[in-house]
Amino acid sequence: MRAILGRLEGRKVSETGSTAILRARELRKNYGKDDGLVRAVDGVDLEVAPGETVAVMGPSGCGKSTLLHLLGGLERPTAGEIWLAGRRTDQLGERSLAAMRRDGVGFVFQAFHLLDELTAVENVELPALLAGSSARGARRRAVDLLERIGLADRASYQPAALSGGQRQRVAIARALANEPLVVLADEPTGNLDSAATLDVLRLFDSLREAGQTLVVVTHDTRIAATADRMISMRDGAFVEETRLTGGTTGHLAALAGLDG
Amino acid sequence: MGRIRVITRLVARDLRRRRGEAVLMLITIMAASTTLTLGLILHGVTSQPYAQTRAATRGPDVVANVFPTGPGTGKGPTESNGVSARQLAALTTLDHAPGVTGHSGPYPVTWALLRAHGTTATAEVEGRDAAAASLDQPKLTQGSWVHPGEVVVERSFADALGIGAGDRMTLNGRSFRVAGVAVTAAFVPYPNVCFTGCIIKANETTTQPGLVWVTGATAHSLATTGGPLTYFLNLKLAHPGRADAFANANTTPSASAPFLTGWQDISQQDGNVVRNEELVMMVASWLLCLLAVASVAVLVAGRVADQIRRVGLLKAVGATPALVAAVFLAEYLVLALVAAAAGLIAGRLVAPLLTSPGAGLLGIAGAPPMSLSTVIVVACVALAVAAVATLLPAVRAARTSTVPALADAARPPRRHGWLVAISARLPVPLLLALRLAGRRPRRVLLSVFSVAVTVSGIVAVLIVHAHDDRRFGAASPLADPRIVRLNQVMTVFTVALVALAAVNALLITWAMVVDARRSSAVARALGATPGQVSAGLSGAQVLPALIGALLGIPGGFGLVSAIRHSAGSVITTPPIWWLAAVVLGTVVVVAALTAVPARIGARRSVAVVLQTD
Repeated sequence: MRAILGRLEGRKVSETGSTAILRARELRKNYGKDDGLVRAVDGVDLEVAPGETVAVMGPSGCGKSTLLHLLGGLERPTAGEIWLAGRRTDQLGERSLAAMRRDGVGFVFQAFHLLDELTAVENVELPALLAGSSARGARRRAVDLLERIGLADRASYQPAALSGGQRQRVAIARALANEPLVVLADEPTGNLDSAATLDVLRLFDSLREAGQTLVVVTHDTRIAATADRMISMRDGAFVEETRLTGGTTGHLAALAGLDG
Repeated sequence: MGRIRVITRLVARDLRRRRGEAVLMLITIMAASTTLTLGLILHGVTSQPYAQTRAATRGPDVVANVFPTGPGTGKGPTESNGVSARQLAALTTLDHAPGVTGHSGPYPVTWALLRAHGTTATAEVEGRDAAAASLDQPKLTQGSWVHPGEVVVERSFADALGIGAGDRMTLNGRSFRVAGVAVTAAFVPYPNVCFTGCIIKANETTTQPGLVWVTGATAHSLATTGGPLTYFLNLKLAHPGRADAFANANTTPSASAPFLTGWQDISQQDGNVVRNEELVMMVASWLLCLLAVASVAVLVAGRVADQIRRVGLLKAVGATPALVAAVFLAEYLVLALVAAAAGLIAGRLVAPLLTSPGAGLLGIAGAPPMSLSTVIVVACVALAVAAVATLLPAVRAARTSTVPALADAARPPRRHGWLVAISARLPVPLLLALRLAGRRPRRVLLSVFSVAVTVSGIVAVLIVHAHDDRRFGAASPLADPRIVRLNQVMTVFTVALVALAAVNALLITWAMVVDARRSSAVARALGATPGQVSAGLSGAQVLPALIGALLGIPGGFGLVSAIRHSAGSVITTPPIWWLAAVVLGTVVVVAALTAVPARIGARRSVAVVLQTD
């Protein structure tokens, strides 16, 4: 993870004059039209600094996940701009978007989305293989990541043989496989019990300490408490922004009442 | 009654909801039923045209002939009348043999070089009286009977030459007017006239001889050193059914003795024209049935996978596993029965085009009869196709636990560690292709099987073509009616086979696209481009297609070997480049066919797929 910090050092100021690693301006995403028009994301402005952890909170259906998909290039915005590391991404073609997801972004999903037929280590090495890494290099990197998240002994297990928390940790390791500029996590603890949630929170905290930029969408205040900044979202728009001091794992555990 | 009502209602609703798939399944089974119907209708009609011709021409029960054994057979100069008086006497005494009740002839027969419309051919020339004979009077289908200076041409020979009444032709350089065209039951039609014996004038023509009637005097005058005169005698027996036995009893193993042929042998040789088609149609129908099983299996498996939640709902409201299986089975069995009925009707309508027995025979009027056994066999095969293809998915659906079914949990894919390890070393499209293929090995096997069956059929057709090219030679100026008809049937068969295989490739690809939508979306979320995913989905079909195409080559040889073995002939290997083109063409066609569904699948919104799954 030190490598992540290394990559961020010396980053130039973007064309827009911002030092943000991820930036969105007047971002909009509409579904349907006329009477059926739904403004899932409605004029969002966001800047995420390198190494910053941003938590986006809000009730179900407020547009959090859509925002994350837009930032990660999984969906195209109806209007607005998205910049990643000084490069505008909302106008990229499919191939360039794929390259951006491969090299610049790591996704963590609520439903894990691990491939059932692959083992933990095979899931983790997949992004590196898709990026054209050698089989040996991809495996070495995947094993290293599994060791860091404490799942080296589960490397040959298929997802069905892992607990929910272990699956999500594997998914996080997979998101880090190509040393992404930003990790985008969509309700990463939504399917986990308390103990597993704590495991994931500790992992995110270590990522934050290592300087990994994180955008976490959640409706769980305990997760938001680990962030440097918490943004509340309602009806597709940001309604409140709170700058936090950022918690340590111990602090968080105490806050969440999970360390007992 | 309640259960039957529930099953009926569910089947009807589901069929209405998925009309496209139902139609596809109907077409698939109908194609197989139609060819099976044709094969069965052709079976057994081969003797009918000959029987009609025999009745119309007062056909003989036995044909006897003698051939010159002296220098006149081409071993040296001889007189034009090559048959000795002793041979002729031996022939004519047959009309007094026990059991013979009538005769016509002996008629003089010789061989002459024929030229018509710029085509040169060999003609077997029979001298006949201007008056009608009591036995074997050829039936005119055009024009009038022979008079001096005129000829009558056997119908299939006339068709091959492209001549008719009123045209002119030359025999050994002498000009004649074609007075008419006729059929006979005493000779096998062109190009098999030599079945009852002939002397071909070597090195003068590449064609098989055809039959021409002239007056007796003309036949005598046409006889030459190279084409000596022989005699043919037609006999009527008291017991026509024993003609073969009579022929055997009166034929002695001597070259100078009369050679006798019973009408049964001539009839069987006649039937060969249709018999080859019958054989091809039967083989075609079984191959199409096999393809239909593959198609229906993919369709049903896809639908069952799509209906897991429906299974859960049925079970949640009290449906037993047997009822769930019954719903699936009933739906496909109903479709199979409808397809069988449609196939029977289509087969009945198409049959007259294939069962017209050829120009050499009078043939039967209208459509050939369809027996009850044909209806039963076609219905049973259609039901069997549906049952075989449906049983496994239906049982699997019935055994699915209710809670996972309600959660719409797809059946977990298979894992093959070695495949994952190998694919990690390959470029991304191949990596995805191998892993996608490895998820559903049964579907890959179906794909391999489907392509192998198709390529076997195509290779078999190529082998037959290569054999016929070598046997009859591309230089032959006359079209062989048997080859023309066989080629027509094989073309229809090949088109049907390729069409069904194409449907199969599309179905299998679409099933794979649907099944792999989540893993494809995950791959794209992790950075795979739509092009890579599309190539992977397509490649997952191309790899089995390549294996299937390679397997299809020995399969084709095996198929022809089995057919030729029953026909007692040898196999001609087609040029290697033909076979290489088939393999390459198969791979290219499958890649092209699968590109569209793969592209559609690869362009689905990643966010939508990952959110809904």
